[in-house]
Amino acid sequence: MWSQLVASLTDGLLLGFVYGVAAMGLTLIWGVMSVINLAHGPVIALGMFGTYLLFTHLGVNPYLAMVPVAGAGLIAGLVIYVIAVHRVINAPHLSSLLATFAVNMIIIGVGTAVFSTSPQNIDYSLGSVEVGFLTFPASRLVGALGAILVTACLYLFLYFTRPGKAIRAVANNRMASELMGIPSSRVLALSFGLGTMMAAVAGSLIATFFPFTILSGGPYELKSFVICVLGGLGHPLGALVGGLLLGGLEGLIPTFMPVSWVPVVEFGLFVLVLLVRPSGLFGAK
Amino acid sequence: MKRFGIGFAVVLSLSLILASLTVPPGATAADKTVTIGFTASKTGKFNVEATRQINGLHLWMEQVNQAGGVKLPDGTVVKFADKFYDDESKKERVQELYTKLISTDKADFLISPYSSPLTDASAVIAQQYNKIMITTGAASDSTYKKGFTLVYQTYTPASRYLTGAVDLLAQLAPQAKSIAIIHEKDKFSTDVVTALKKYAEDKGYKVPLFEGYDAATTDFAPFINKIPQPVGAIMGGGHFADTTTFAKQLYEKKVNANMIALLVAPPEPKFAELGAACISVVGSSQWEPQATYSAEAAKKAGVEYFGTTVADFVKSYQAKYNGETPSYHSAGGYVAGLILQKAIQQAGSTDTAKVKEVLDKMNLMTFYGVIKFDDTPKAHGLQVGHDMVYIQWQKDQQGKPVKQVVWPTAAATASAMVCPAR
Repeated sequence: MWSQLVASLTDGLLLGFVYGVAAMGLTLIWGVMSVINLAHGPVIALGMFGTYLLFTHLGVNPYLAMVPVAGAGLIAGLVIYVIAVHRVINAPHLSSLLATFAVNMIIIGVGTAVFSTSPQNIDYSLGSVEVGFLTFPASRLVGALGAILVTACLYLFLYFTRPGKAIRAVANNRMASELMGIPSSRVLALSFGLGTMMAAVAGSLIATFFPFTILSGGPYELKSFVICVLGGLGHPLGALVGGLLLGGLEGLIPTFMPVSWVPVVEFGLFVLVLLVRPSGLFGAK
Repeated sequence: MKRFGIGFAVVLSLSLILASLTVPPGATAADKTVTIGFTASKTGKFNVEATRQINGLHLWMEQVNQAGGVKLPDGTVVKFADKFYDDESKKERVQELYTKLISTDKADFLISPYSSPLTDASAVIAQQYNKIMITTGAASDSTYKKGFTLVYQTYTPASRYLTGAVDLLAQLAPQAKSIAIIHEKDKFSTDVVTALKKYAEDKGYKVPLFEGYDAATTDFAPFINKIPQPVGAIMGGGHFADTTTFAKQLYEKKVNANMIALLVAPPEPKFAELGAACISVVGSSQWEPQATYSAEAAKKAGVEYFGTTVADFVKSYQAKYNGETPSYHSAGGYVAGLILQKAIQQAGSTDTAKVKEVLDKMNLMTFYGVIKFDDTPKAHGLQVGHDMVYIQWQKDQQGKPVKQVVWPTAAATASAMVCPAR
């Protein structure tokens, strides 16, 4: 029983790091511009396909492919912001929600036409890691390390660079930062780009563990919402902790009950946190 | 009068042009083209299996048409054409598309989509519109226990899908006492494992884990972690995409068992792409290229043999599809057409009632095995003649994965091996 518990928890936590990266993109966009980005899931799926295409057609190592995928994610985010979000940024939340939903539908439609909905797989194995009685795929360990690296980079960017500080300033008080000479439109575009980049990177990491289709981003988008509420909307570190919590739960719950109960408990927790502590564990907003 | 003459000439010319358009080149006025309608999962999770199935069906159609079609007693020559749509592997799309195939495209006969859930949905439409449907790629028993009278199953039913693996386990590892069952929660897989569990428990095995997963599952770690150790065997799975991932993750997690027997994916040649993870995995198969069905075997069994030979089927399939080895899904697609051909030929008509009469009494052997349908109202159309074989991936002399038939012993091309320690 204990060995099963520890094995399940380890698997869950390793996955939780990647969930955290996916949620970080969503929470960053919400925190800075109060936009609920419904194109988050399809961007995760595009990250998966970006890595897949680079690996299968150009032979790029899937972990190195993460770098160009991140770059493409940033550019895609900037484009989506300029085309779909910028004009509705000051409109009621429903407008931006519908705008990103439209982007979501366009990406899924085009993706289905181009890639179909047949499962794809990155055939690249790093073998398994054995620690005592624990055995897990090395790809998950590398994925977790990648997630920590990405989080650290985001943290350093936000706290130690000028554009990062500008993002934090705009998130804190947009009008005041504009009065201080910060070009808020550019900062908002950059924030959306960074959020999208995080989603693409998360997709890239997930593609190294599991097979995927253009629709695979959906479940991770849903998990990202739960994580954002758990960790506190608008708080990137909270997203990572929330991801670990969710991953841990996903590992632990099946030890005591059938796996089909996992979403019931997850979304039950989602409602509970909204009722008891709507600001999330880190209470950013 | 002159005006009438010109008008007559114009009408005659138009009629001739119209006639030349309606009769295909090379066809005579006595030719009849029978349209076979079906949906194909060209996209979605059933893509691999469905593609093979359709490849098989297209090969049959090409061969029967090239051989001159089916000649009826009244001199009519029946040729076959197909009409199909992509169902995206979605049950919701099937009923709408089959209705369209019948109403708009005027399909005369139907072939099922791939998979039990999709077939179950389409069978309702076939029955409603009085069209005969030959099902292939659909093993679930329950479809044939709903009172349908025009739906005929090609596959061995799900209730007999994995029971042979229990018999193989008893012979291969008599010390094994337990079987963990992890399965997809769809209609077909649930039918298979429900029958498997009962059979295993009747044989004295314990089933310490019996749990289902959703079709879209990609992370099997929560299930794998629940497999108690030591375990005699791991059985289950579902369809190609999920079962392949399951097999891969069992290997990555270094799970040990005397036997791993899974549904659908192992017999597919593409399963070998798993490399080391596929070695020793057992799969139940409706048909294998090493099958020994022949005219001689039919004579011994006292039944008629109809259609191509195993060797010719394999050779022509490889020639048409760039050397690809046919899987049982391919054979299933081909034989569905073959059954229809035989029924039309014997009925001497394409009339639904007459063809149904022949199908109800059909008892013959083909390259795919014996075909015989239950004709009782309780399970009309259920396949009762065909039997499964079990394959196992082993290593050849160069260390590459090679598929061997290991059960039943009479059909075996190699001895089964216990799953090596991982």
